[in-house]
Amino acid sequence: MLKDENIKKVLVLGSGALKIGEAGEFDYSGSQALKALREEGIETVLINPNIATVQTSEGVADHIYFLPVTPEFVEKVIARERPQGIMLAFGGQTALNCGVELFHRGVLEKYDVKVLGTPVQAIINTEDREIFVEKLDEIDVKTISSEACDNKEQALKAAEELGYPVILRAAYALGGLGSGFCDNPEELSALAEKAFSFSPQVLVEKSLKGWKEVEYEVVRDSFDNCITVCNMENFDPLGIHTGESIVVAPSQTLTNSEYHKLRELSIRIARHIGIVGECNVQFALSPDSEDYRVIEVNARLSRSSALASKATGYPLAFVAAKLGLGYGLFDLNNSVTKTTSAFFEPALDYCVCKIPRWDLGKFRGVSRELESSMKSVGEVMAIGRTFEEAIQKGLRMIGQGMHGFVENKELEIDDIDGALHAPTDKRIFVIEKAFDKGYTVEQIHALTKIDPWFLEKLRRIHDIDDELHKVPALEALPHYLFKKAKNAGFSDFQIARAIGMEKEMDIEKAMLRVRDRRKALGIIPCVKQIDTLAGEFPAATNYLYLTYGGHHSDIFYEHDHRSVIVLGSGAYRIGSSVEFDWCGVQALETIRKEGYRSVMINYNPETVSTDYDVCDRLYFDELTFERVLDIIDVETPHGVIVSTGGQIPNNLALKLDEQGVHILGTSAQSIDNAEDREKFSAMLNRIGVDQPEWSALTSMDDINAFVDKVGFPVLVRPSYVLSGAAMNVCYDREQLEQFLRLAANVSKRHPVVVSQFLEHAKEVEMDAVARNGEIIAYAISEHVEFAGVHSGDATIQFPPQKLYVETARRIKKISKKIAKQLNISGPFNIQFLARDNDIKVIECNLRASRSFPFVSKVLKINFIELATRIMLGLPVSKPDKSVFDLDYVGVKASQFSFNRLQKADPKLSVDMVSTGEVGCIGEDARSALLNAMLSVGQRVPEKNILLSTGNGKQKGDLLGAAKLLVKNGYKLFATEGTSRHLDENGIANTRVYWPDEEGHPQALDMLNNHEIDLVINIPRNNSDKQLTNGYRIRRTAIDRNIPLITNARLASAFIKAFCAMSPDELEIKSWQEY
Amino acid sequence: MKKATLILDDGTRFEGESFGYEGNVAGEVVFNTAMTGYPESLTDPSYAGQLMVLTYPLVGNYGVPSCEKGDDGIERFMESDRIYASGIIVSDYSEQYSHWNAKESLSDWLKREKVPGITGIDTRYLTQVLREHGVMMGRILVEGVNEQPEQKDYNAINYVDLVSTPEIKVYNEGAPKRVVLVDCGAKNNIIRCLTKRGVEVVRVPWNHDFNGMDFDGLFISNGPGNPEACEVAVENIRKFISNPEEKRPLMGICMGNQLLSKAAGAKIYKLKYGHRSHNQPVRMEGSNRCFITSQNHGFAVDASTLEEGWKPYFTNMNDGSNEGIRHESRPWFSAQFHPEASGGPVDTEFLFDDFINQL
Repeated sequence: MLKDENIKKVLVLGSGALKIGEAGEFDYSGSQALKALREEGIETVLINPNIATVQTSEGVADHIYFLPVTPEFVEKVIARERPQGIMLAFGGQTALNCGVELFHRGVLEKYDVKVLGTPVQAIINTEDREIFVEKLDEIDVKTISSEACDNKEQALKAAEELGYPVILRAAYALGGLGSGFCDNPEELSALAEKAFSFSPQVLVEKSLKGWKEVEYEVVRDSFDNCITVCNMENFDPLGIHTGESIVVAPSQTLTNSEYHKLRELSIRIARHIGIVGECNVQFALSPDSEDYRVIEVNARLSRSSALASKATGYPLAFVAAKLGLGYGLFDLNNSVTKTTSAFFEPALDYCVCKIPRWDLGKFRGVSRELESSMKSVGEVMAIGRTFEEAIQKGLRMIGQGMHGFVENKELEIDDIDGALHAPTDKRIFVIEKAFDKGYTVEQIHALTKIDPWFLEKLRRIHDIDDELHKVPALEALPHYLFKKAKNAGFSDFQIARAIGMEKEMDIEKAMLRVRDRRKALGIIPCVKQIDTLAGEFPAATNYLYLTYGGHHSDIFYEHDHRSVIVLGSGAYRIGSSVEFDWCGVQALETIRKEGYRSVMINYNPETVSTDYDVCDRLYFDELTFERVLDIIDVETPHGVIVSTGGQIPNNLALKLDEQGVHILGTSAQSIDNAEDREKFSAMLNRIGVDQPEWSALTSMDDINAFVDKVGFPVLVRPSYVLSGAAMNVCYDREQLEQFLRLAANVSKRHPVVVSQFLEHAKEVEMDAVARNGEIIAYAISEHVEFAGVHSGDATIQFPPQKLYVETARRIKKISKKIAKQLNISGPFNIQFLARDNDIKVIECNLRASRSFPFVSKVLKINFIELATRIMLGLPVSKPDKSVFDLDYVGVKASQFSFNRLQKADPKLSVDMVSTGEVGCIGEDARSALLNAMLSVGQRVPEKNILLSTGNGKQKGDLLGAAKLLVKNGYKLFATEGTSRHLDENGIANTRVYWPDEEGHPQALDMLNNHEIDLVINIPRNNSDKQLTNGYRIRRTAIDRNIPLITNARLASAFIKAFCAMSPDELEIKSWQEY
Repeated sequence: MKKATLILDDGTRFEGESFGYEGNVAGEVVFNTAMTGYPESLTDPSYAGQLMVLTYPLVGNYGVPSCEKGDDGIERFMESDRIYASGIIVSDYSEQYSHWNAKESLSDWLKREKVPGITGIDTRYLTQVLREHGVMMGRILVEGVNEQPEQKDYNAINYVDLVSTPEIKVYNEGAPKRVVLVDCGAKNNIIRCLTKRGVEVVRVPWNHDFNGMDFDGLFISNGPGNPEACEVAVENIRKFISNPEEKRPLMGICMGNQLLSKAAGAKIYKLKYGHRSHNQPVRMEGSNRCFITSQNHGFAVDASTLEEGWKPYFTNMNDGSNEGIRHESRPWFSAQFHPEASGGPVDTEFLFDDFINQL
């Protein structure tokens, strides 16, 4: 059967900025879909404002629009491009919702655009809970009894009938937004109010807390052929959102009968609903019988499907796209074996463990409890041939300083029972602690409801650790125990620590001792393939992992020194996400193009870099020093690239170099010279480059003396920072002392530094590529916000719009000096402070930065390709000067996920809190900014704007914008001080009252009644009263889904933009046309 | 745990630990890529004489259910009355198990039934060896056990005769329609699939001549070993299908497919390493209908050698081998795969409906 020949051009909707619940997995699925379309010779159009993605790179789609994925903009693109088909399933809930809306508005019909894949009606059938239950009733499939309610009263009544505890879900919401458990009417009322602000309908369901949660990924073609590609079982029982749970694949505690019962139900559902492509079915399974309920069906590619693709090697998105074009599964080949059919179900001969990555520590006030809505910002996938191996690998991969299940820093928990019962992001380590305190598996099971099988396996790790503790010295460690520990996923580090080697030597040294001993005993990992058929058929697959669960490697190594290893960026987290995936993929492509063997090490299932298609060999494995060395041992590469994967590889540079590994590009010593603040600062002094004054923390007295000299505020941070982790601005002595107590724990090896903090300074970034110390290409960009907002949260314009020529000139000069001093060969980034042409360097990273994809795409010069060529020693030519002279502007804006993070204070500071970003291009700065702001979910207000504009300086900043608003017919509401200030300046406004003031109107009431369309709330850093009042307004705005801006400069720029032009006037132009 | 060694006939050795019965055993070493269903597989009579390698590494997780019989006279959770595989070879035996329906651990069960088990084996590598070399005989030797296992020639033994019922048994007696089940080593789920569709099942020994019996449909079961050893059964089937008046439906599964094919004149050959898994794709000939099937066989039918009147019904989508045959005009068909599943996917259970509907 051939595809529909009338389809010549297809529009694919992306998912926009990364946010909690919708992240990198959709770059992966969208990229796969586009690849599938291209293979068919179909012209592709992509709408996605996320400029850092791989899918928005040259050569992936034919026409790329950096525009908001909303019905208004999509309609304009459809009118302009006139595609015959549209794909809605590859851009998460954002694309799906947008598609349903386009359908309802008749846009698809008007322009005769065919939905390829699952029809819209089928999507609606899965999204509308009531229809969904009805549909499943028709085929005798049990759902969780639930009632759809249109208001709070109905919800309360429904809960009364079902009996508490109940779960409340908002319909049409991504990743469980606005959902939660309620034990009583009070909790339900509170949650229902919030949910109704996101969704016109909520569902009240009977809670099945403690049941197992199991998922199936189902593929169906238009000939009604169905397969389930993978099933997955949650380690955590029902009640914790699957995005928050540790997940294993395949299921571990299900019998054949249960496995196939649920499988058959999944297929029955996919058929009845009429899926064409892929869907995922989530089940609750009783722990005491074969009773089950269907929780939900996602009629699109999802986070789980990305995981399932990586867990099995079955490219779900690619296949789903082909099926959408009309192919049958029988027409397609298994892309791993190339010879067998795509109509099959992968057989795994390993076990996979997904672990979420949280960054809750970055948010003030957020609840750390895991619930039925998602808070994690990323995830890792670990592969092993025992569960113990997989879970310990995974716990190291999440990158929060953990070494596995055991041998971690002592966790301080007062109430273990409580912490087991009400799980937080630390739950698995609480289990370890409980074992340590003598809890039995039964006791822990009673408190957590985690299946005893998982607990027994963890117990086994704990027991092996106990055994290791009895070993007096490395030489006394018996072979069998050594092997057993490695089989159970122990790292050399854990073994060194368990047998007490730290007492005698530095742990780094101890680790290497363990490694040497281990290798001498012949205990080395073997390399196994992921081949989808468990070895049944020969497979030329390059998808690999390392394990101690075997003795024979699948791979024959050439040892021709043509391999170039690129170290990936690990779990997405705040400060490191899709941008480094883009960098890694660009590096791989360049390596391959130049005739080297491209090798990737990474373990993030959401990424494109872990798609085995993008490189010659993929090691889906840890980025620890130990594992990277293991891979270098077998791969004997030409060299290793550490500068395209963010901070994780960067931190390995020096250690790898010490082991004689060839680091390509800038030397490890130079990397260390830039990373180590002391060395870097000394260098700046030497070459006469200014920097904010700073001092290393050695004693409190020194600090006080330093602060007396420079004055408050000061910036405090450890060296080797990542996204401002543990970085803070302290405005007085008390704050400083309190913060230093916390930060001192961060790192013993590197000193904590205190530096002078400049207020009202511009922040400027230099992204560049150099060869042997000479800059080859560069991009200077400018923050809209003043310094004090983390560069990852800032709004950035490129080229800079309001920078003195002299400032730019000085920045170039300084950058040249630094590049020369550090003899940079490869990518680097320098951050500057600029006030009145006075330039200070605040940070320098000898690696690609977050903004590399943004500036590369705006400039249309691929900085990573250039850098990779340099690192490979290939000739490059300096781009012509004229290409740096753009007649358009790019604006990068940040996406925040505060709506997911209950109780977190939604304000910005030096510590990064955004989860994603977009980058939009416009003819001028205003249109680019407006576009970018709309793309991160801001809306142009209808009428009413609530202002609380902070201190005097900030108030002044906003005065012009306030005047403009009034002139444009907006109605201003302002809290006390702001109102007075506006009055004084003759700007009409209505005073509203703070939450702790008497009087009407109350700001919170107005928000709760949705009488406000935009909140501009500029926090100031002084009195508690202000903080609390401001917090309540900010939080309410978020909870009520009302746009909020907390920075005066950004607010002013946004207001000027939307007063100057309406979104309707934004030009619809593809990237290629600029 | 005691050390144990698997030695293949080509001399390859795999060192592991014994977790089952401490005895030495020899058998044909075959691999199975299913990820669940070890109780079902072990009690499947088709595994008689074989050492079963599981490629999925984690085994024993959910323990073993009870061996009790239900009201229908067959084991409720097992595929027969005992373990038929001669031994089991795994990578990571799970000493602790957890399941509401478990009665004992896999280890205890193996010990009780005197079946050796070996863990700690690189079963992926072992599978690759078997894939490249083809299936071969092997021995599991447990440390400290001296008696040498009996060496057998797998292909020369009539395993069907060893596992078939010695006497006629009736299930769901008195139901309106009667099906004769020729037991070549029938799995319990075949009986369950028939009786739950409301028919009486008369289970007869593999070599019983059913032609004189009173029945509405004929069913040839799965079974172990070489179909060439079952000439008597083939003769009986040939008698049935060569009767020009014969209109009663016939269905065969696995060995049943091979015996029916032989009766229909086809040749049988041994596959290099067989199909033993839950993920085998088959396509219904002449259609776009594809199914994921459960399989367990080492021999296959050469469909090109079928006599006139017969044609292939299903074909394997991976290697193109025959997966079933059907008669062009009579209600006679068979499947090389296992529509009764248990373990494995249940997508093709409709074949039982097709059979029953024609009675």
